[in-house]
Amino acid sequence: MNGGEISCQQKSKFKTSRRSLIEMIIEKSFFISALAAILAIITITLYILTQGIPAIWKIGLGEFALGQVWKPLENQFGIFPMVIASLLGTFGAVVLGGVVGLFTAVFLAEIAPSWLVAIFRPAIALLAGIPSVVYGFFGLVVLVPIIRNTWGGPGNSLLAVIIILAVMILPTVISISETALRAVPSEYREGSLALGASPLKTIFQVLIPAAHSGILAAIVLGTGRAIGETMAVILVAGNTPLLPDSLLDPVRTLTVNIALEMGYAYGLHREALFATGVILFIFIMVLNIIFNLVVNTKEGRCDK
Amino acid sequence: MSKKRRRVQEKILELLVWLCSFFTLGILVWILLYILMQGIPHISWEFLTTSYRGESKGIFPMVLATIYVILLSLAVAAPIGICAAVYLTEYAQTGRLVQIIRFATESLAGIPSIIYGLFGFVFFVSALKLKFSLLAGSFTLSIMVLPSIIRTTEEALRAVPSTYREGSLALGATKLWTIIRVILPCAIPGVLTGIILSIGRIVGETAVLIFTAGTAIQGLDVALNDSSRTLSVHLYMLAKEGLSLQETFATAAILIIIVAVINFLAGRLAANLQKGTTSL
Amino acid sequence: MIKEFTGVKREKGLNEIKRKNWGKASALLATFGLALTIFAGCGAENSGDQGKTGDGAAGLSGKITIIGSTSVGPLARSLADSFMEQEKGVSIDIQEIGSTEGIQAVINGTADIGTASRELKDAEKEAGLDVQTIAYDGIAIVVNPANPVADLTSEQIAQIFKGAITNWQELGGVNQEITVVNREAGSGTRGAFQELLELEEKQADGTKRSLLTDQSLVMDSTGAVKATVAANKAAIGYISLGVLDETVKGVKVNGIEPTLQNVKNKTYAIWRPFLMLTPSGELKAEVKAYLDYIKSVEGQRIVETEKFIPVN
Repeated sequence: MNGGEISCQQKSKFKTSRRSLIEMIIEKSFFISALAAILAIITITLYILTQGIPAIWKIGLGEFALGQVWKPLENQFGIFPMVIASLLGTFGAVVLGGVVGLFTAVFLAEIAPSWLVAIFRPAIALLAGIPSVVYGFFGLVVLVPIIRNTWGGPGNSLLAVIIILAVMILPTVISISETALRAVPSEYREGSLALGASPLKTIFQVLIPAAHSGILAAIVLGTGRAIGETMAVILVAGNTPLLPDSLLDPVRTLTVNIALEMGYAYGLHREALFATGVILFIFIMVLNIIFNLVVNTKEGRCDK
Repeated sequence: MSKKRRRVQEKILELLVWLCSFFTLGILVWILLYILMQGIPHISWEFLTTSYRGESKGIFPMVLATIYVILLSLAVAAPIGICAAVYLTEYAQTGRLVQIIRFATESLAGIPSIIYGLFGFVFFVSALKLKFSLLAGSFTLSIMVLPSIIRTTEEALRAVPSTYREGSLALGATKLWTIIRVILPCAIPGVLTGIILSIGRIVGETAVLIFTAGTAIQGLDVALNDSSRTLSVHLYMLAKEGLSLQETFATAAILIIIVAVINFLAGRLAANLQKGTTSL
Repeated sequence: MIKEFTGVKREKGLNEIKRKNWGKASALLATFGLALTIFAGCGAENSGDQGKTGDGAAGLSGKITIIGSTSVGPLARSLADSFMEQEKGVSIDIQEIGSTEGIQAVINGTADIGTASRELKDAEKEAGLDVQTIAYDGIAIVVNPANPVADLTSEQIAQIFKGAITNWQELGGVNQEITVVNREAGSGTRGAFQELLELEEKQADGTKRSLLTDQSLVMDSTGAVKATVAANKAAIGYISLGVLDETVKGVKVNGIEPTLQNVKNKTYAIWRPFLMLTPSGELKAEVKAYLDYIKSVEGQRIVETEKFIPVN
């Protein structure tokens, strides 16, 4: 796929030296853009690490990551309850949002008639543009009372977080998955149907595996969004810094912790909040590694 | 597996697919109706064209600020992101480098925006002396959406069948020619998807802008080097203050309408570009 | 059923397609650039009109940067708006990012004025800032309008927020667990609430330990607390008196209604000061004028209109 330049070509026949100069400039600017992007990424990464790692040293990684008491004003910096909340919330959201999103993408790419797609797609893009605050308030005023009246508890709960996050990552998952599904060459479809497989079987056993790279990208981006979401979660989660006993208990995620306290924290407290950012960073890296492992095993299976 | 059981399984799957799709549509309609019904009654011509000073509660400067921020952030992030993705997919020889970059970009995707905001404050507002301004805000936002633009462009480029590349090169075109004239045009719809998603993120962003563009309210003459709220930030501040639910909903309604317009325009463009190509 | 199958699209010549796509893409880019230039130009043109550095009635001009509390923000804005109407040459930017950020900003010179809705900590006092109180703000304890409980003693309130009383029944209400709603630890409102209801105790090393129950919900703004209490029959929380409206019910504390009147005549005891901080020493002319304006009769009248208590 990364086609290298074919050496035995009539390049010299078509190119004048001026054209090759322009081409070189353009290719160089591609390279420079990549450098710029890398530079930006490195800068942000360094910022997070330099601000956060000192705190982890001072507090001690075990104390920090596994401590169950978060009372920064009394010098207690255990973020374990928040870690669990973030983990469970993200996991639930990705499972719920990923499945619903993938199925919706399947619907859009393979089953829906084009007039329906023409309505659906802008609707989903619209969902992506709604600011998190709006989701948050909608969740607070509509979703939380429903949870409270149907299942009990204060309503502000882990369940509310999962549902709201799932809804928020739907647009990402759907649009990228749909693009990936549409990109599968029609030969795959035609071949499978010709072999007698039903359309649904074709979708689930041929197309989805074929599009797995894009679908995975969709899920990873969705996961990133879910883990980093703050504004919406703050309003529906309840933000109690304690370990949840059930789906209906209020929880506080890592991101909310940072947002709630960054405004007034200073000294070690502030550094501890940055350290929380570092932990988040590590999370996603671990998630990435896991996802990539899953992909690689799938890839083996996919060489039909 | 018996034929009948398989058929039942498939029916269930099909049902699930339909259910999920309509769940998605349903949620959207619910949220939209909820906000629009509460917000639209409070929108007036004054609301749209005056500023938020003294007696008047207008949002014009905020609308302008939002448009500035979207345009500037994309003007910076889109070219850099697309070019970087081209380099990474088509030129970078070692898969190692590409993998590392991809790794880093995906990890960054989960960093809460408040940290980007603080970074922007330290770097753009203080160090580069841009002060609280839309400039500082836009630059910080570009860094924030860069990873996802790179990723989606990358996917779009990889989706172009290698036959296109090979055919073009076999016909004697240079690699650059192939990229610009063959691959990129085919990938444009996918790239646009990434950009539309980024626009959505930019419009909805609050934490970053509070620390970089600030929460000040200007008159009708907002400029790029002024500090100003965008619509999202304004919405956030209104919700925080809890003073007037109507203003809050009206602002949310306007925000949604603007996003709808932007998406519509972008969608038309994508549709035009896709006309005449095979499904990609 | 798969729709790809039902229509085979005619494949146009590859070149034709690419040219078309490129045409569209270039058009988009051009519009982009054009729009950007137009908007930037617009902004630059108009900034002359509004007289940012023109001369006003009293000849003052300049820009004042105010950074600080989100509670004081709306009030500071109203005052700034009427001040700017009189002094057309002055422009005031107000950044509402938090009391602590505001105080820090004045200390390190980023802001001309800092605002806070809480008293300064000892460490902050050492910077030697000039502190002026511009208004007082009552704090109302609120419950859901459907909650039959309407009157509580300060002792009862303290017990509820400490987690000692957990059911509305114990207070004469329905049999339901109380949902306590707190603000975040850095909130000026919460700080004042804690202090006034004696919900904190001093430790040996000088820090104060909060006695508020761990089990409460934590919301990050007055608006969120109000919305939570308005939607939950069993909730109780505290908000700024200035935003009290019919969506929630303010309980009487020791028999006293939470009204501006009662805070003024000191019968309602839960309130906190709004502070404006400036560096000590000589201030810029426009900064001084603004602060004088706030403390003038006209300024204090605006304070009252915004439902806060004037300083006198």
